[in-house]
Amino acid sequence: MDLLGKSLLELKQLVADKKISEKEINEYFLKRIKKYNPQLNAYLTVNENSAHLPLAVKDNFCTKGLKTTASSKVLDNFIPPYESTVTERLINNGFSVIGKTNMDAWAHGSSTETSDYGPTKNPWDTNRSPGGSSGGSAAAVSAYLTPAAIGSETAGSIRQPAAWSGVVGLKPTFGRVSRYGVIAMGSSFDCPGPLTTTVTDAAYLLGVIAGKDQFDATSSSIKAADYNQLLKNKNKYTIGISDDYFDGVDEQTINKIEKSIEILKKLGHKIKKITLIHPKYDISIYTILQRAEVSSNLSRYDGIRYGNERNEFGVEAKRRIMLGAYTLSYGYYDAYYKKAQKARTLIVNDMKKAFSEVDFIVAPTAPITALNLGEFEKYPFFGEVMDQLNEAAAVAGTPAINLPVGLDNNNLPVGMQIMGNYFEEEKILNLAYQFEKETDFFGVIKRGIDNYKD
Amino acid sequence: MFKPVIGLEIHAELKSKSKMFCQCSADYFGKKQNSNTCPVCLGLPGALPVPNKKAVEWAQLIGKALNCRLNRNSKFDRKHYFYPDLPKGYQISQYDEPLCSQGYVEINQKKFRIHRVHLEEDTGKLIHSGVDTLVDFNRSGVPLVEIVTEPDFDNAEDVKRFLEELHTIIRYLGVSDADMEKGSMRMEPNISLRAIENGEEKRQQFELPAYKVEVKNINSFRFVKQAIEYEIERQKEILERKETPAQETRGFDEKKQITYSQRSKEEAHDYRYFPEPDIPPMTFSREYPDSIKVPELPAQKMKRYMAEWKIKEQDALVLTRDINTADFFEMVISKCKVPSSKQIPNPNQSIANLIINKKIATTMPVEEFAAKAMELLQPKKTDEKALYILINQLIKTNPKVAEDYKKGKTNAVMFLVGQVMREMKGQADAKIVREQLENELKKR
Repeated sequence: MDLLGKSLLELKQLVADKKISEKEINEYFLKRIKKYNPQLNAYLTVNENSAHLPLAVKDNFCTKGLKTTASSKVLDNFIPPYESTVTERLINNGFSVIGKTNMDAWAHGSSTETSDYGPTKNPWDTNRSPGGSSGGSAAAVSAYLTPAAIGSETAGSIRQPAAWSGVVGLKPTFGRVSRYGVIAMGSSFDCPGPLTTTVTDAAYLLGVIAGKDQFDATSSSIKAADYNQLLKNKNKYTIGISDDYFDGVDEQTINKIEKSIEILKKLGHKIKKITLIHPKYDISIYTILQRAEVSSNLSRYDGIRYGNERNEFGVEAKRRIMLGAYTLSYGYYDAYYKKAQKARTLIVNDMKKAFSEVDFIVAPTAPITALNLGEFEKYPFFGEVMDQLNEAAAVAGTPAINLPVGLDNNNLPVGMQIMGNYFEEEKILNLAYQFEKETDFFGVIKRGIDNYKD
Repeated sequence: MFKPVIGLEIHAELKSKSKMFCQCSADYFGKKQNSNTCPVCLGLPGALPVPNKKAVEWAQLIGKALNCRLNRNSKFDRKHYFYPDLPKGYQISQYDEPLCSQGYVEINQKKFRIHRVHLEEDTGKLIHSGVDTLVDFNRSGVPLVEIVTEPDFDNAEDVKRFLEELHTIIRYLGVSDADMEKGSMRMEPNISLRAIENGEEKRQQFELPAYKVEVKNINSFRFVKQAIEYEIERQKEILERKETPAQETRGFDEKKQITYSQRSKEEAHDYRYFPEPDIPPMTFSREYPDSIKVPELPAQKMKRYMAEWKIKEQDALVLTRDINTADFFEMVISKCKVPSSKQIPNPNQSIANLIINKKIATTMPVEEFAAKAMELLQPKKTDEKALYILINQLIKTNPKVAEDYKKGKTNAVMFLVGQVMREMKGQADAKIVREQLENELKKR
């Protein structure tokens, strides 16, 4: 049977109908991984024992008995004795982890190049970055080395690699999905979420992993919706557009987004101009708060109970630890951390105000398409600048999705994001589904997969 | 002239079922090393803290018992420092929004103010074995209440009394064993001296000295007193040389009864506190503090014993020092039906005496104790005739006593009372025996 490009739910149905066995599906994907992973470096660890419907999981999710490194040599030998809530829920729902995907070390980066195990290559052009930090997950889905993957986002780490690798990537509301067992980056921002080939798969996976977890005090007790059920509604929405989110964005990207906005209009949605706090301010707020949390979160890696010694930390982690410790230091706290915390409240209020006027904000996911490998390290904070269009939703903790909207002249995917209000993932998914039905993402996802024949 | 300025920090481990932020048992004592651990209290990658509701309530109960304000808003913060017994590289504690603040404890009409009461987690334990140092994380994450006083003490005796009272209160609340030998209660006094000149004290009263010496990890009230007394003398000597004692942390050597320098100000930590992002801030309703019920505390109990049962002050104090003794006393009282009589004007006081003087073992069940007490407290029927014979016989065989008595040594009679009581095997009322004896002696 030709499995190439089948969505996760399609595979699930085939198994349910006994048209194919889970074993055959695993063999199929393991074969593809063997064939293509050496050139893409999307997986760090492959689980040959995967027995159920396979999913790829970013290497910062603790998987019991399966090596988990967060792409850092510090955890080179770390085999978790416990299962993260997300992977546990997936396993309980009949899935198995086929492999752990590459990422920026500790999720510090937007290109997967800070990985201690070498960068992941963009399946669309292997000289380029797939984006990051969930670059391995995005590349694995894009090249169909897995039917779907789980990533995590602190600010942009799901949406931006999804945009650069041309797949669907959903960053849920902070607290929608448990962080228990996810190696912490910026604890007040981190959100696990799915990367998929269809909106339906994203909705389905969110339904599996979302909901209150007794092991995560910040997980919300708001009940998760029946996301798939709500997809089919043909609701009409008001969509907000902020010109500031097109500032300095590549012309070709702007063209693709404008074309997509026209399609949304044609589908009967109203477009409304709005103003938001300029995304350039988000960079400082996000950077200060995230570095502070990073410096604290990495303190536990002292090499005493597990893992290697601290001298195994890479350059980027060391930079972040130092900057974070500085902003929290006596005499500097008020000027940096506290001020940034206050400014965060302004962003939260700004987003709330926007969502009282419109249902969504639509914007480019990234200002440019995939960069060549090696470009990132030329510029300090380049990742933060690259991610600036993602930072408002990260700082506010609101949900957003990336959808492929075409290819630029270099045949690289362009991504558009739909940002929504707190815990309104079902609305985002509904609009995304309407868009998918109308455009099929302009054939981007199919073309990406076709580049990697069986 | 110098006046000591002393403040206290007290840590008490809560005896909640589970640890502060995970499901592990808070009862770690005597367990196999590192057997009472989980991903959370070992600080494994990705593990998250979930606060223990009971521990929060208990910390608030302690705060309320110490007359603190229970804050409507409170939160946890991360306190950073590196030490092998601290698995996360930070301790989850409370910085600027503690659960409780601004209380006081009153002892002998003196008020000692409480600055704050907050909740945090305990660390693991280092075990030094030969050249190796091993870490046991069984204690890691056990809920720890920190009580901080204002610098309201000026002598070691008051400190000792305060700590004894605090210890009693915490035991009354039933939230901690406060067992100092096991380390479930630890005390750290901060000591400095303020220079005062005649009449100058008032003006400088609110100025704290420019330095502070903290003595760490003392595990008995007596040692706290000794450490403070030693520090006062040591600092006085330095100040008299017109020098300022170093701001530092000192340890206490129990054998030599001296303090010694451990860490100077230059090595002091910058803890880089910031709000714990893994735990949402806590908010409590205006009515919430009413739901925290403080039981009758030792001072109240003592007053009640004196007012209601006419127990002598000193005895009421002894009875209320330990909640188990107080409970035992009250249960015996409720079970003993002894009428007051000429011989036993206040049966309650007599029962108190039985307990305090350990006339009957307080280890026996209440019912048994009450039965024995009733037997002992029955008014004694005295065989007047036998008594008369015995008294005269004893006076005869003890002529020296009779002589002494006549010379005015009236206390000499007590020797004979004892003899009579022994001969009568207690079957006589001591008061009557004495009256009779004195009558007979006077006749001679």
